[in-house]
Amino acid sequence: MTQVGTIDQAQDEVIDEFLFFKDWQDRYEHLIELGKDLPLIAPERKTDDNLIRGCQSRVWLFAELKDGSIHFSADSDSMITKGIVSLLVRILDMRRPAEVIKISLADLYSIERIGLREHLFTTRSNGLVAMLDQMKRYAVAYSTQA
Amino acid sequence: MSTSTSSAVKAAFDIEEIRAQFPILKELVHGKPLVYFDNAATSQKPRRVIKAESTYYATINANVHRGVHTLSTKATEAQEASRETIRTHLNAKHAHEVIFTSGTTASINLAANSLGQLLLKKGDEVVISGMEHHSNIVPWQLACERHGAVLKVIPISESGEWDFPSANQLISSSANRVRILAISHVSNTLGTINPVKELVAEAKKRGIVTVVDGAQAVPHLKVDVQDLGCDFYAFSGHKAYGPTGIGVLYGREELLEKMPPWQGGGEMIDQVTLEKSTWAKLPFKFEAGTPNIAGIIGLGEAIRWMNDYDLVAMAAHERTLREHATKELLAIEGLRIIGTAKEKVGVVSFVIDGVHHYDLGTLLDQQGIAVRTGHHCTQPLMERFGVSGTTRASFACFNTNAEVDAMVAATKKAVKMLR
Repeated sequence: MTQVGTIDQAQDEVIDEFLFFKDWQDRYEHLIELGKDLPLIAPERKTDDNLIRGCQSRVWLFAELKDGSIHFSADSDSMITKGIVSLLVRILDMRRPAEVIKISLADLYSIERIGLREHLFTTRSNGLVAMLDQMKRYAVAYSTQA
Repeated sequence: MSTSTSSAVKAAFDIEEIRAQFPILKELVHGKPLVYFDNAATSQKPRRVIKAESTYYATINANVHRGVHTLSTKATEAQEASRETIRTHLNAKHAHEVIFTSGTTASINLAANSLGQLLLKKGDEVVISGMEHHSNIVPWQLACERHGAVLKVIPISESGEWDFPSANQLISSSANRVRILAISHVSNTLGTINPVKELVAEAKKRGIVTVVDGAQAVPHLKVDVQDLGCDFYAFSGHKAYGPTGIGVLYGREELLEKMPPWQGGGEMIDQVTLEKSTWAKLPFKFEAGTPNIAGIIGLGEAIRWMNDYDLVAMAAHERTLREHATKELLAIEGLRIIGTAKEKVGVVSFVIDGVHHYDLGTLLDQQGIAVRTGHHCTQPLMERFGVSGTTRASFACFNTNAEVDAMVAATKKAVKMLR
């Protein structure tokens, strides 16, 4: 089973959704809400091995291959971080490893467009960059099996 | 550029007059007026400091202590005038006891490396406290590792203070193996002002060399190294209204003379042959390479700027901010302040039940408020209090009660969004 529509289509949908909100408060409230839809990582997988190291909040990410597509699950102790992972999962979940491997930070134009630019910086401890890297590492690992 | 000692101290503490000197306070963040409460990470700079640096580059830029030409002489004079300003400010005996470094971290590394080589042998002990910044932990761990010495740690009480009897016990171990005591004057995370003078006095009785990390003290307190009685005192320019990349290690002459140089290079030598070199006099023995001349000049100006004000009045203003913030924040349900010592500078570190500090920091930023969140480079201290991090508001002389109110209101809004 793969996601219907391209990565860019998924991003455009996210942008449309966020553009509806006019101020920061509504945007962040929506992001926090999105976090609640995140496919949660199984409790027994919340281990140090699946922890993306950052110094401010903790993010656990896991991926498995089902019918040739990658399925992500994650969690975080920060609600905003959880919202951000949830966005990434929404865009990249249920795709072929080959598709995920190709994605670079620059391809994720939706993040900047929805006003979350500050989360893009590599120096930021909860860098989306680290999450994306981890997702791509899974994709590389599964690419031989897909 | 002004290198003269300051004119008379300004009589009244006029907050508007002070704020007008910080150009950055006019900036908007996310369309809102900036409320800058991250002064313990780095303070903002008054126009005079910014100007001192740019005037140096625009009018007298040249390398120091080398050229025979006019600019080099002027640059050297300006640099050495800063050293004298700092000597006076710290009440050091000699200007050559003031060594310029790139910051507190470099100052402590210099002390740990050079003193370590001079003093530490296998089985010796170095004592630090459980509230140290990583930069007053790691250099000592490295020094201990190199010399086979042991690091001992003063425990921290529930209020965020040294357990003084334990501290005393640690430095008076019967084997008499403690060589160095390295402690912070003020905690960066909690704001606690430590009884440094008292513990240094105990250490001195036993011939222990004392190193004080004063990074968080110099911006807020009048520091007198002779009164404290310490052998070394380190601080950074950028937390004390000065430029980044410049700091000081004050060291007592007698010890500095005995200590081996740490870094080698130009400026720090007397004679160099390919077989052996001899060292320059103090302070140059410890200042290898071309120094951060602009930074030194900017730091001198920052200290002069501070001394144009009544430092006691400045501290009293920051205390008012801290007390106001503490009272207002505590009205938020589930909020707990970490660090409740009686003697504190303008630092309020807190945690809120069910609210992650990262989320709070992000939502405060959206409202134009800059605070620090996380472990503040004091992971052992976070562990002591059983938290992964805190939100820290740290005040400077230019902050106001109205800004504190804005932060409290913004915090309430954020908490509502997150719960």
